[in-house]
Amino acid sequence: MLKLSKYVLYDIVRSKIILAYTLFLFLVSFSLFNMEENSSKAIMSLLTIILIVVPMISMIFTTIHYYNSYEFIELMLSQPMSRRKILLSEYAGVSVSLLSSFLIGVGIPILVYSPDAIGFSFLFTGGALTLVFTSLAFLTSVIARDKARGIGFALLLWFYFALIYDGLILLILFTFSDYPLEKLTLVLTALNPIDLGRISIMLKMDVSALMGYTGALYKDFFGSGSGILFTVGIMFLWIILPLWGALRIFKKKDL
Amino acid sequence: MLRLILILPTIIYCIPTFAKTIVVGKNQSITTIRKAVEIAKNKDSILVLPGIYKEGNIVINKSLTLAGQNFPILDGENKYEIFTVSGSDITIKGFQFQNSGSSAMNDYASVKVIDAKNIFVENNKVINAYFGIHFSNSSYVTIRNNTITGSPAMEQTTGNGIHLWKCNHALIENNRISGHRDGIYFEFVTESMIRNNYSTKNIRYGIHFMFSHYNSYFDNTFNDNGAGVAVMYSHNVTMERNTFEQNWGASSYGILLKDISDSRIQHNSFLKNSVGIHMEGSSRIEISQNIFKENGWAIKVQASCDDNNFYQNNFYGNSFEISTNGTMMLNKFYNNYWDKYEGYDRNKDGIGDVPYHPVSMYSMIVEENPNALILLRSFMVSLLDKAEKAIPSLTPENLIDDKPMLKPNKL
Repeated sequence: MLKLSKYVLYDIVRSKIILAYTLFLFLVSFSLFNMEENSSKAIMSLLTIILIVVPMISMIFTTIHYYNSYEFIELMLSQPMSRRKILLSEYAGVSVSLLSSFLIGVGIPILVYSPDAIGFSFLFTGGALTLVFTSLAFLTSVIARDKARGIGFALLLWFYFALIYDGLILLILFTFSDYPLEKLTLVLTALNPIDLGRISIMLKMDVSALMGYTGALYKDFFGSGSGILFTVGIMFLWIILPLWGALRIFKKKDL
Repeated sequence: MLRLILILPTIIYCIPTFAKTIVVGKNQSITTIRKAVEIAKNKDSILVLPGIYKEGNIVINKSLTLAGQNFPILDGENKYEIFTVSGSDITIKGFQFQNSGSSAMNDYASVKVIDAKNIFVENNKVINAYFGIHFSNSSYVTIRNNTITGSPAMEQTTGNGIHLWKCNHALIENNRISGHRDGIYFEFVTESMIRNNYSTKNIRYGIHFMFSHYNSYFDNTFNDNGAGVAVMYSHNVTMERNTFEQNWGASSYGILLKDISDSRIQHNSFLKNSVGIHMEGSSRIEISQNIFKENGWAIKVQASCDDNNFYQNNFYGNSFEISTNGTMMLNKFYNNYWDKYEGYDRNKDGIGDVPYHPVSMYSMIVEENPNALILLRSFMVSLLDKAEKAIPSLTPENLIDDKPMLKPNKL
């Protein structure tokens, strides 16, 4: 399995797309920190990159990679190897390459310019989102048979998590504004990995705003030790569950 | 002859003032302050030597100077008010007051001054008091260089550090107040000045003004108080060069302005407060040359405010800059520096050519539905804000800064 992952990794690195992605992240985050005189503004622009660009690239890259290495997968299946191992080593190869390019591209500028609690919550969120959206992409590409549909499906899912979901939350908040919604919003945010990551960063950034009003509740919950455990646990579930679903489908799939 | 030589200087010394100094101490002929006050005549001085004095309540109604040497301790044994003062020309300095009593019926204080004039309370330490220094119906009073430290309990069971009721011409400077209900409390106080005080960790407000007109406060620092500073139902108040920082929490403010008019708020710094300035029913206030940095909301202007001018302020890194609760806006904003401004300056005069809308769509949403705060920094929210900026429909369209600065104002 390790050997197979190594081949996948080698294949990915050779295609150079991942190198371009690393370079892009590195240049953008480096120039953001250099351009803005106060680093909090740079951090804000970086937040957009991490919450929007990183999930999108992870998803599209994974989907395209999956369909491109379809023949390779078929070849491997003719060998005495379990389907589970093949898919897992594909996942390992893709996620390791994406994660390391994120950690190099964003991690180094953060370590240089802002090595504090905010910086580390950025690295945690970005890393977790990379893994989550890689495994979501595996799920969608295992389900859809042809490439166009797979990419479309992946993009739709990304669009849903990045944008539509927050709109729905806002809709719910206004429709049921007469009811106590604090607990419900807590649950709702857990159902979207991007929101969860955003809140864990926000708690470090906008402390003063959050301390007032209902923000205090979120602060109490997400800021506490059990809240951090909750965030990490939910993120972990978001990585495991789609991958598990993909494995189940892949095992029974007629290729 | 020799005797005459010895006595003469004493006589010469005494004649012009007719005042003498009474020394109180364990090994002196007079051992209690009460006795000293009893035998003293107007304009005498009483010098209290170091030691612990537990004498219950001492009433001072003559023009005396009471001075402590090396902070003699006056203990109220948690039962008594320590000094009750009335009259004129009285100075109290250099004492350490501790454990004055608390009561739900009476406002016990370490030093209570009633119906007095020309009073100086200087260089004292007040520890664990119900009310620290309490003045009522007095004029021309000075409260200077005192350190007042309370042991905060609940809002109902703690008094104010410095409490003035119906006073005028008071000067309160260089005091350090912590752990009380309100650090400094003014009610019906006029023409007074509060400067260089440090008010921290009080349960309610750092300063609380009620019905107090023509007052000014300069160079004070208010840090980590329950709800910041409250100025209510007053006019002609001047607030300059104060620092308001880390007043955090639900309904916590740098300054809370309620029904204030004809006042000035200038050269202040607001750092990391939940709300920098909260204004309600206020009019004709000049708010200029202030720094607002990293507050949750820099300024909340309720629609009930009118004719206020906001100019030459610098805004950096606030989560929300201005928020309001209506679409009416009768205040003026100009020449402020907003770090979120994205306009351009073609004629290079340092003033942006495009007006700036400091109220974002999202701040209106949060005002209406506080739960929506969970979406702060969401991509969807910034998209909404961008759309609103292009075609304003919900945000008050006349709440704009016509002449936003491109570079921070020099303050």
